[in-house]
Amino acid sequence: MKAYLLLEDGTVVEGKGFGADGVKFGEVVFTTAMVGYPESLTDPSYKGQILVMTYPLIGNYGVPSKEIKENGIPLHYESDKIQVEGYVISKLMRPSHWASEMSLDEWLKKEGIPGIEGVDTRALVKKIREKGVMMGALAVGDYEKEELERIMRKVRKLSYDEANFVDKVTPKEIIIHEPKKADKTVVVVDCGIKYGILREVLKRGFKVIRIPYTYDPVKAFEEFNADGIFLSNGPGNPALLKTLIENAKAIIEYNAPTMGICLGSQILALADGGEVYKLKYGHRGINKPVKDLKTGKAFVTTQNHGYAVKPESLNEFKVWMINLDDKSVEGIYHPNKPIIATQFHPEASPGPLDSTWVFDLFVKLIKGDAHVF
Amino acid sequence: MFSKVLILGSGAIKIGEAAEFDYSGSQALKALKEEGIETILVNPNVATIQTSHEMADKVYLLPLDVKFVEEVIKKERPDGILLGFGGQSALSLGVALYESGILDKYSVKVLGTPIEGIKKALDRERFRETMIKAGLPIPPSGAAKSAEEAIEIAEKIGFPVIVRVSFNLGGRGSFVAWNKEEFENYIIRAFAQSEIGEVLVEKYLYHWKEIEFEVVRDKNGNAVAVACLENFDPMGVHTGDSIVVAPSQTLTNREYQILRSAAIKVAEAIGLVGECNVQLALNPKSEEFYIIETNPRMSRSSALASKVTGYPLAYIAAKLALGYTLDELLNGVTGVTTAAFEPSLDYVVVKVPRWDLEKFENANKRINSEMKSIGEVMAIGRNLHEAFQKAIRMVDIGDELIGEYYEKDESLEEVMKRIRNYEPYMPMHIAKALKLGVSVDEIYEITGIDRFYLYIIEDLVRVAEELKRNPTEELISEAKKLGFSDKQIERLVDKKLNEFKKPKIFVKQIDTLAGEFPAKTNYLYMTYDAQENDIPHMEKPKVLVLGAGVFRIGVSVEFDWAVVNFANSAKKRGYEVIVLNYNPETVSTDWDINDKLYFEEITLERVLDIYNFEKPEGVIAFAGGQLANSLAKKLEQNGVRLLGTRGTSVDVAENRAKFSKLLEDLGIKQPPWTTARSVKEVLKFAEEVGYPVMIRPSYVLSGTAMKVAYNEKELIEYLSLAAKVSPEHPVVVSKFLDAMEAEIDAVSDGKRVVGVTLEHVEKAGVHSGDATMVTPYRYLKPKQVKKMQEIALELALALGIRGPFNIQFLVNNDVYVLELNLRTSRSMPFSSKARGVNLMELAAQAVFDGKLLIGEDYKYYEIPPKAFAVKSPQFSWSQLQNAYPFLGPEMRSTGEVAALGSEFEDALLKSWLSVKPNKMPEKSVLIYGYGKEKEKLSETAKILESLGYEVFTLENSLSIGKPISKEKAVALMKNSKIDLVMTSGYAKDRDYKVRRTAVDLNVPIVLDANLAYELSKALSWVKENEFEVKELSEYYGKIKLRNMPTPIEQLIQSL
Repeated sequence: MKAYLLLEDGTVVEGKGFGADGVKFGEVVFTTAMVGYPESLTDPSYKGQILVMTYPLIGNYGVPSKEIKENGIPLHYESDKIQVEGYVISKLMRPSHWASEMSLDEWLKKEGIPGIEGVDTRALVKKIREKGVMMGALAVGDYEKEELERIMRKVRKLSYDEANFVDKVTPKEIIIHEPKKADKTVVVVDCGIKYGILREVLKRGFKVIRIPYTYDPVKAFEEFNADGIFLSNGPGNPALLKTLIENAKAIIEYNAPTMGICLGSQILALADGGEVYKLKYGHRGINKPVKDLKTGKAFVTTQNHGYAVKPESLNEFKVWMINLDDKSVEGIYHPNKPIIATQFHPEASPGPLDSTWVFDLFVKLIKGDAHVF
Repeated sequence: MFSKVLILGSGAIKIGEAAEFDYSGSQALKALKEEGIETILVNPNVATIQTSHEMADKVYLLPLDVKFVEEVIKKERPDGILLGFGGQSALSLGVALYESGILDKYSVKVLGTPIEGIKKALDRERFRETMIKAGLPIPPSGAAKSAEEAIEIAEKIGFPVIVRVSFNLGGRGSFVAWNKEEFENYIIRAFAQSEIGEVLVEKYLYHWKEIEFEVVRDKNGNAVAVACLENFDPMGVHTGDSIVVAPSQTLTNREYQILRSAAIKVAEAIGLVGECNVQLALNPKSEEFYIIETNPRMSRSSALASKVTGYPLAYIAAKLALGYTLDELLNGVTGVTTAAFEPSLDYVVVKVPRWDLEKFENANKRINSEMKSIGEVMAIGRNLHEAFQKAIRMVDIGDELIGEYYEKDESLEEVMKRIRNYEPYMPMHIAKALKLGVSVDEIYEITGIDRFYLYIIEDLVRVAEELKRNPTEELISEAKKLGFSDKQIERLVDKKLNEFKKPKIFVKQIDTLAGEFPAKTNYLYMTYDAQENDIPHMEKPKVLVLGAGVFRIGVSVEFDWAVVNFANSAKKRGYEVIVLNYNPETVSTDWDINDKLYFEEITLERVLDIYNFEKPEGVIAFAGGQLANSLAKKLEQNGVRLLGTRGTSVDVAENRAKFSKLLEDLGIKQPPWTTARSVKEVLKFAEEVGYPVMIRPSYVLSGTAMKVAYNEKELIEYLSLAAKVSPEHPVVVSKFLDAMEAEIDAVSDGKRVVGVTLEHVEKAGVHSGDATMVTPYRYLKPKQVKKMQEIALELALALGIRGPFNIQFLVNNDVYVLELNLRTSRSMPFSSKARGVNLMELAAQAVFDGKLLIGEDYKYYEIPPKAFAVKSPQFSWSQLQNAYPFLGPEMRSTGEVAALGSEFEDALLKSWLSVKPNKMPEKSVLIYGYGKEKEKLSETAKILESLGYEVFTLENSLSIGKPISKEKAVALMKNSKIDLVMTSGYAKDRDYKVRRTAVDLNVPIVLDANLAYELSKALSWVKENEFEVKELSEYYGKIKLRNMPTPIEQLIQSL
C-alpha cells in the first residue's frame, strides 16, 4: 500500500502505508524519544497532530496489553486510544515482547489511524527545524495526482492554532478514581490528562475527581471537599481556552493548593496576566535538560509542548525552572501561594523518572508545609 | 584547582584491555590541558597515541606497578591523580597506591570518584552490601575467600551458578557451572585471577536479557544516563564478547526507565563523580531485574557508548573529576546546548567482537563469561539489518553474514552444533540454520537470543533467497537498504550489478540529538536507507586516510598511532583530513580530533563511495596496516589517486613471486622457497634444501597456519592433519634458517632512506610481533647492519617507495630478506619513540613535501639512538582457555610495551616487568627445556642459581637445578611456590600441563631461551643497580650511553 505525507510548504514524501487507509490532517511535529511509542501515540496532547519519530525503528516490542494495570489505570497507555492523527516512521519492525498483544500495524488498523514507513524522518526533522512546524496530511492508499493536489489545498486552509482540541479529549462528565488507600482528594481539570499523571497522583493516595475543563474547579473543590486542584496537560493553543483561564484566576484567588503540568502551566501563566508564544518546532522528547533555579539541580525531563511562557510577561508568578538548551521557561510558581507548575512532564511516560519528586512537592503543599518552597 | 595531575594508563593491550584506554586517556589529557594543568602520564604501552608529548606534558614508559609509580610521584610531586582512564589496571593500581599510603604521603588527591566508592564497586562483597543498603535488587549470591566456601555457597544457591571474580579483568576466571563437578574444575583458577583472592558465586540468570547503562554524575549529584546498550546475547556471555546493539531495542518504556533509574541509583550509592557503567539483567518474561555490576571508570563500553552517541564520556568525566557540574559543561557537538542531557539517536549501532581463536592450539571456542575476543567493530545504519551486515563485513574474516559460509554445503547438524556450542559470529550460524529450515522459535529456545534479532536475520535470509529467484530492481534496492554489498548481490543474482539500477547512497551525520538542533558535526556514516545527504560536497584540499579497521592478532593500536599521527601531519600542511575507520576503541574514530570522520566499512565499495562524494586529492592506504594497504592496487585500478608509494609497487612487495623476482634481479638474498601443489612436491623441495623447512598453507584445516618442520615425519604429519595441499590450495615452503632476526623501520622519499634498525632477542622462527626487540642492536655486526641498510636503500629506489616501509631480515653469515611491507609497521611507534623522531611526520614529508628533511640523497641514514629501547610482547594466554602457550612463526601476542634505559639490562627488565603478569621473581624459578635450547637454558639456570634463586627443573630436562616431576611442578605453582617459569620451543606433548598451569595461575612465563638468558643477566644487573626513572624528553635531550658494546659506539660515531 502506498502512502503520502503532504506538508503545507508543498513537500510530498512517498512511503509505504501501514495501519488504516484514508486521509488525516494535522500539524506535523516530531519527537526524539527512542522508547515509548505506545505512550506517545495515546498521549492526548498529540490530538490534532501527525507525529514523526526521529528514532528509525518502531514497533519493536509490539503493543503492550491494556490489561497490565495499576490502580485501574493501564501501565503502558496514556489514554484509552491512539490520539495522534497519523504516524510517520522510518521502519516498522516485527515485534517480540512478552507483554505484547498485537503488532503496531494491527493496532493502528484497529483504531483507524494511518501510518507511513520508509520515510527519511531525519530529513523531515531538518525541514521542520528550518521552517517551523507545518500543517500536513497523511494519505494511505492509491491516490491520483489530482487527489493529492486537492488534499494539499485543504492542508493549506487548516490552522492548528485556531482549533480547540481540548474539546475533543476532555471527558463529557465527571470521572472518579479511588485508589485502595485514599487519604486526600484532588480535583483534576481534565484537558486531556495523561494516564501517567493519574498513576502518579493515585500512587500518592489521592482520590481523583476528573472534571471536564469547562466545569468550575473551585466549585468542585468545595463540593468534593478536596485538598488540591490539578490543571492537566492537553493539546493545542492555551489562549483559546478563555473560560478555563478565568477559572484559573479564581483558583489563584481562592488560594487552593494547585499544580499544573504543561498546558496547565500555561493556563496559570495566562491567568496571571502573562503571555504564551509558539515555539518554532516545539520541545518533544524525553532527553530535555531542565535546571531548577531554586536548588541549582539539573535533570533530564520529558517534554511535549509547542507553546511556552514568556518569562518577562509574568506578574505575580516567578520562573522556577528553565530549559538548559534554549533557556525557555520550564516551571513557574507563586511566591506567596501554594501553586506550582511545570512545563515539562514530571510523570514522564514515556521518559525518565527523575522529576516525579514534583508530585511529592505537591503533596507537601497540600499538607500545608508552605515552607517547602 | 589542580596544577599537576598524574594519569595512569592501562599498559599493554590484552584481551579485556585494548585501545579504548588510549582513547579515554587521550580525551582526559585533552580535558586537563584545556585547563592549563600539567599532565604526567605513566603508561608503558609504547604504541599508544597518548604516550607522546603532543598529548601529555611528561611521558613515563614504566611498569604500572606501585614501586615505579611511587618513584614518579616522588620525582614529579603531582597534586592530583586520575585513576579512571586506564582501565582495570589503573584502577587496581590506584587502590594499591592509596592503601600503601603513598598518595597520602605525597599529598596526591584522587580526582573523581573517591577510593571508598571504587572499593564499593570492585569488591564483590562490598558491592553486594552497598546495593542491598540502597534497596537495589541483586541476584542471590555470596562472596567467598576459599574454594570450600565457594562450593558451600553454590550448593546453597543451587545450580546453575556463575562465578565472578573480584578485581579482575575481562571476566578472567569467571565461569558458569551447571553442577558441582564443573564447579570444582574451575574454581581454583578463578581464585588465581583475583587480585584479592575473592570470588562471588551468583545465581546464573539463564537466558535473561543483559542491559548496560552508561551513567555520568557530578559532585552535586546531577546524573544522566548517556547511553543504553542492549546485548544481543543473553546473560552468561561476557559483555566484551557480546554483540551489542544501541540504543536498546526490545525494552518497553517502563522497562527502560526502571533500569535507567536503578543504574543512576547505583552511581549514587557508590558516590560516583565521573562516569560508570552499570550492567543489569532483565527477566525476558517480566519486569523483574537485578543489578549485576558496575565499573566506576572509563571502560570498553564507555568508549563504545561515546562513539555510539557522539557524547565524549571520557572528556566530560575528566571535567567532572576536576569539579565541574554537568550543567556548566557544553555539548561539544552543538556548542550551544548543554552536556546535562541524554543523546537521542536517529540511527542504530551494532558492535560485533572479533575473535582469533583458530590461531591458538586447543583453545576453547565456546563464547562464555570469560572474554576471548581481540577486537571489536561498530557498524552504524538507519536500520539494524544494514548495521548487522556492515558489522560482519567489518570484522574482516573474509566473509559476510550471508556469504560463502552461508552457501557452503554442510549439514544442518553441523551448523546446529556450532549454535549449541555458542561459537563466534552467531548471526552467521543462525542465518545458515534458518536457511536450512530451522525455526526462529527453535533457535530462541537454544540460544535465548531475543526473537526480535532472529527476525532480522530471518528477513535477510528471505531477501537473499528471493534475490536468487527473482532479482527485480525493487528487490535490489530493498537489499541495498538492508545492507547487502555489491559483491553479495552479484553473487546471489549471479549477474553484474551494473545491469541493474543501483540506488543512491547518502551521507548522514551523527549529532547527539536526532537533528533537533543544528550541529556542524563531522561525524558521518553512509546509508541507502535515506532520501537526502546531510552535508553538501565542499571543494577544498582534502586527503582521505584509511584506518586500520578491526584489531586482531597482528593489528592493534600501533596502526591507529600511525593513522592519527599521519593525519596530524597532513592537517599541519593545510589539508582537510578525512579519516575512514570503524573501530570504536580507537583515537582515530574520535570525531573530536578529526576534520571529518567516516565511521564506515573499509571495503573497495565504500572507499569508492566516499571518494566519489568527497573528491579528495588522494587516498592514504599505507597508514592503516594490512587491511587498507591490500586495497591499494584495486583502488588505483578504479582510478583513485593514491598518495605515497604506487599501488603497483605495493603489489610487487605483497606478491611472493614478483617480490622474489625483484630480489633476484637486485642480487639480494632470500631463503629458498617454492610453491608446492602436492605432498610430493613439498617433500621434494625439503629434500633439496634440507630441513628444517617452514610451511605456509593457503588453506588451514585446524590449528595454526604456519609451521616449522624439523624432519620428514613432522612435515608429513602436519600436511595430513593441519593443512591441506592440493592444486587449488598450494602451500609455500621455505628453507628455515638458523639465524638472528632483525628489521629496519624506514621512510623514503624515493631518493633517500631514513630509518631505525632493530634487533630481535629471540632467534629466527618467532614471529616479529612476538619478538622482544632492542635498538640499538647488540649482537649484529656492523658489516651485517651496513648490508641491511644498503638493501633498504636499494629496495626503496627500485620500487620508488614514497612513505613508510619495513623490512624483515634473517642474519647469519649472510643477510637475507624475509619480507618487505610498503606501509607502516607494528614497530614504528616504538622506533619513533626510541629515537624521538616521529616516522609519520617523515612520511608526511615524503608524501606532501616530496623530500625528507633529514638524510642525504642516495644514502641510508640511521636516526641516532638516544638510549637503549626494548619492546616486549604481551600475551593473553590466561584468557584463551586451554590454548598451548608457545612462540612460533605465527603471531599470538595481543599487545606490546616498551621501556628506555641508559643500559640495556635496565630497559629490558623494565620492559619485561611492564608485561602482565610479570613481576620480579622472589625466590624460586622453574627452568626446563628440551632439544637444542637446553644449553642456553642451563646457562640461564646457572646465573639464577648464582643470584641465590632456588632453581627447579623438570625431570629428564636440564642437568642443573633441582629436578621435579611435572605433577610436583604443577602442585608447587598451585601453592605459589614458583615465581617464574622459563622454557623454550614447542613441547606440547610433554609440558602442556605445566605451561597451562603457569598461565592459568598468573605465574610469569618466559617462552624463549635467548630471552630467558638475557633476563637472567638483567636480574643480576639489578642486584647492583637502580632502575632508571626518566621521562621521554630526558632521553631525547642528550645522548648518554655507558658500557656500550663496540658496534654501537662505532655506529654512533659514524653518524
